[in-house]
Amino acid sequence: MSDERHRVATTVNGTRHQRDVDGRLLLSDFLRHVLGLTGTRVGCEHGVCGACTIQYDGLPVRSCLMLAVQADGHEIATVEGLAGKDGTLHPLQQALRDTHGLQCGFCTAGILMTMTAFLAEHPKPTEPDIREALSGNLCRCTGYQHIVEAVTLAASRMGGRR
Amino acid sequence: MVTRYLGAPITRNEDARLLTGRALFVDDVNLPNLLHAAFLRSPHAHARIKSIDVATAKQRDGVIAVITAADMGDYWRPGPLLVPPPPIRDIVFNQCTQVPLAKDKVRHVGEPVAMVLAESRYLAEDALADIVVDYEALPAIVDLADGLKPDAARIHEDLAGNTAAHVRQTKGNYAEAVKRADLVIKRRFVYDRGASSPIETRGIVAEWDGKADRLTIWDTTQAPVVIRNGIAAMLGLSERQVRVIAPFIGGGFGPKIMMFYPEEVLVPWMAIKLSRPIKWIEDRLEHFFATTQERGQVHDAELAIGRDGKIIGVKDVFLHDTGAYDPYGLTLPINSQCTLLNAYVVPHYDSTFTAVFTNKPIATPYRGAGRQHGVFVMERLLDIAARQLGIDRIEIRRRNFIGPDQFPYNNEIIYQDFAPLEYDSGNYGPVLDKALELIGYDKFVRDPTARRTDDGKHVGIGVVFYIEGTGIGPYEGARIQVQSSGRVSLATGVGTQGQGHFTSFAQITADQLGVDVRDVDVVTGDTDQFYWGAGTFASRGAVVAGNAVNEAAKVVRQKILRAAAEHFECAEADIVIANGKASVAGVSERAIGLGELAQRANPLRGAVKPGTEPGLEATNYFGPARGATANGAHAMIIEVDPATMMIEIKKYVVVHDCGTVINPLIVEGQIHGGVAQGIGNAFYEQLAWDRDGQLLNASLADYLLPTALDVPHIDSAHTVTPSPLNPMGIKGAGEAGAIPVGALFAQAIEDALDLPRHGVEILEIPLSPNRLWELIGPHLDKKEAGSP
Ligand code: FES
Ligand code: FES
Repeated sequence: MSDERHRVATTVNGTRHQRDVDGRLLLSDFLRHVLGLTGTRVGCEHGVCGACTIQYDGLPVRSCLMLAVQADGHEIATVEGLAGKDGTLHPLQQALRDTHGLQCGFCTAGILMTMTAFLAEHPKPTEPDIREALSGNLCRCTGYQHIVEAVTLAASRMGGRR
Repeated sequence: MVTRYLGAPITRNEDARLLTGRALFVDDVNLPNLLHAAFLRSPHAHARIKSIDVATAKQRDGVIAVITAADMGDYWRPGPLLVPPPPIRDIVFNQCTQVPLAKDKVRHVGEPVAMVLAESRYLAEDALADIVVDYEALPAIVDLADGLKPDAARIHEDLAGNTAAHVRQTKGNYAEAVKRADLVIKRRFVYDRGASSPIETRGIVAEWDGKADRLTIWDTTQAPVVIRNGIAAMLGLSERQVRVIAPFIGGGFGPKIMMFYPEEVLVPWMAIKLSRPIKWIEDRLEHFFATTQERGQVHDAELAIGRDGKIIGVKDVFLHDTGAYDPYGLTLPINSQCTLLNAYVVPHYDSTFTAVFTNKPIATPYRGAGRQHGVFVMERLLDIAARQLGIDRIEIRRRNFIGPDQFPYNNEIIYQDFAPLEYDSGNYGPVLDKALELIGYDKFVRDPTARRTDDGKHVGIGVVFYIEGTGIGPYEGARIQVQSSGRVSLATGVGTQGQGHFTSFAQITADQLGVDVRDVDVVTGDTDQFYWGAGTFASRGAVVAGNAVNEAAKVVRQKILRAAAEHFECAEADIVIANGKASVAGVSERAIGLGELAQRANPLRGAVKPGTEPGLEATNYFGPARGATANGAHAMIIEVDPATMMIEIKKYVVVHDCGTVINPLIVEGQIHGGVAQGIGNAFYEQLAWDRDGQLLNASLADYLLPTALDVPHIDSAHTVTPSPLNPMGIKGAGEAGAIPVGALFAQAIEDALDLPRHGVEILEIPLSPNRLWELIGPHLDKKEAGSP
């Protein structure tokens, strides 16, 4: 393995960061352990559970399947950036709370980053659409029903807004 | 007392932190100078270790230490027996508990052999590849019956064979009673379970503070107090020198209460030795070997029954897979043995089990904890009996239910908590009625068109019943204190893994103290905040800790009344507590905030009456005499595609009686999650071992957890029969959702495909499209070919 360090300059939730990292450093580890943004969770590190989902130039991706160096020159959004500066929850965060859509909360960040992107594309989703979109994120606690309710509720509260 | 919160669907206090990414989980703990641990694990299920060479690994840049069993000296010890065997006559129990690092032998794939400590997790994992272990492979014991053969390889060589335990429990006299039976049904049932697979794997961080002489441990455990006591004892420290914090935990489901995992023994020890904090986080592959799981039982069961459909007796002989070690004693097979009796009057019972050591990871309780296995056997036996006697499957259950006036009902055998298996209360008929109504049973069975879809799918209905022993002892405690700000703080020793304790305990307190539920700050799982406790298991958090909270809150309420009465110079009976204030009834301007009252109760100058305790604070404990028994019915309508054996659940109903409900939103969530895990167990999840004890599907891509497309919408309803065993009348709800799902799948799929007509019975779990095809395909073909 070469000891070469690579420069990563990226914007995370609107803030610029620049760090020198190992080529093999995972993006999930970069966010969590280098930048200290531990809201993004890691459940499997092989791309199945979806807990590590972030938005990469606006699209949901699994940060455990990417290297930190791939973030160079790109925009990242994580769960820490979802609520307003004044602490107002995003409508989906609020809806998850209102419907009891989380229990241990470990899958929640990934679900938020997947489903806020989904809602932006599908402002008036049906339940089958929601379940399909959610099916790439594993939750071991809730049985998904309250999460599906939350997405429906958030969509209606957002009134077709993106 | 006005109950504003108890029984109301209050949204959770803890959610804001979880939703914004601020909640602290173990892997979020970051400390200066942190070292990272990685473990070299056995690639063999059963092998002798001839030599271990760590020299190269030690030389790698960034590696600080490499530890094997030989380096551990006296600290190397087998773990404690967590649950001693219950006092049952003629019981055989061979104690072989896990070791921190394998010494001469490895007994399952994934058993740790060496620990590497390095400056980063990446470097620690690199160094694992430098370690050379010379193994001599031994034959692996995978199958239970093979393990008991006289010439089988012995997993623990100091034992005469691979028997971990042998237990017989009886009630009445089955051998005599069976002679009176009109029908005796004998079948072999195989019930396998899998890995609990919380989305957060296990992990631990330990930090030694040499100046304060204190060890702090962050651990993904369901039982922080017990971990503290054990680690203090192992390391020769006082319990006051050790603080264990179970912060937010990403799901537990049972295996996070195993003690002590090797990593829990090794990481704190080395953190002290090296005076550097150490972190270990399990990866998903490790989770399939290094975390305990549940597994198979094989039952040879026999039901003796009268023509009237009344059970005369049950005889059952079963084998239980305990894995390579048995630190959890007999909890699982005893739960199976007891729960098999289910909700029915079984006058004669003769049950014997043999627990077998195998070369697989350790089996310990996972949500349901052996109850599934028992319920499956009984429910299947009744289905078969109903068919053979020409009695409706609902009717046969009704005829055998323990009646509402028969409680407390003593089953005359011993339960996992060593107490007699006695059901405290219940009223099963209305629960079943409600389930039938919600699933539309009568309509379905009367409607001939309901059984086929237009595109040729077969539709079936299933209805099963279960009971669940919950909320067992020994005890939990809680401390409640009114702060001078008027906020209330509450601490308890149980850990919490998503069950909503921050909210349900706050609800109980808020009602007693007349404060807003958002003004109660709950701390769980920090041994510096609360000293005593046993942990979160057996659906006991709400029952045992909930009642302790209630008792403590009642005492604080009394203190508020007394202090306010003194302040206003009136009788306690005239004081009203509401909205965070104590006031004189009918004179609303004579009111004092609880915060101010708390300050007055803690004077800094002057004299107090002898015997005065400062503050508005109380600590109380609660321990039930025995567990409370919850019950319920699950029903579903399922579609099966006969060409692919793929299923679709069209409707799913749960009716549940868990006594008094603190928060219906939280209980509903528990039910949904339990059902989802039950569905995984019934149709998606199977740990596939080969003959050499290798796990063939150790990834989430191959071991299938149900997704949002597999778990249906669940309609749930509750009936309430309060438990007489605790003042609040609560029964546990944590495991119920998962218990009867296997039995339900078997019945509903049989019904859909009309299997009995083809001479096929489903006697095993888990199922899968493949497995269904193996079981059913040949029979369907034969029939189509016109042969008998
Ligand atoms: S941690 Fe990335 S998908 Fe599971
Ligand atoms: S809430 Fe625990 S995994 Fe989803």
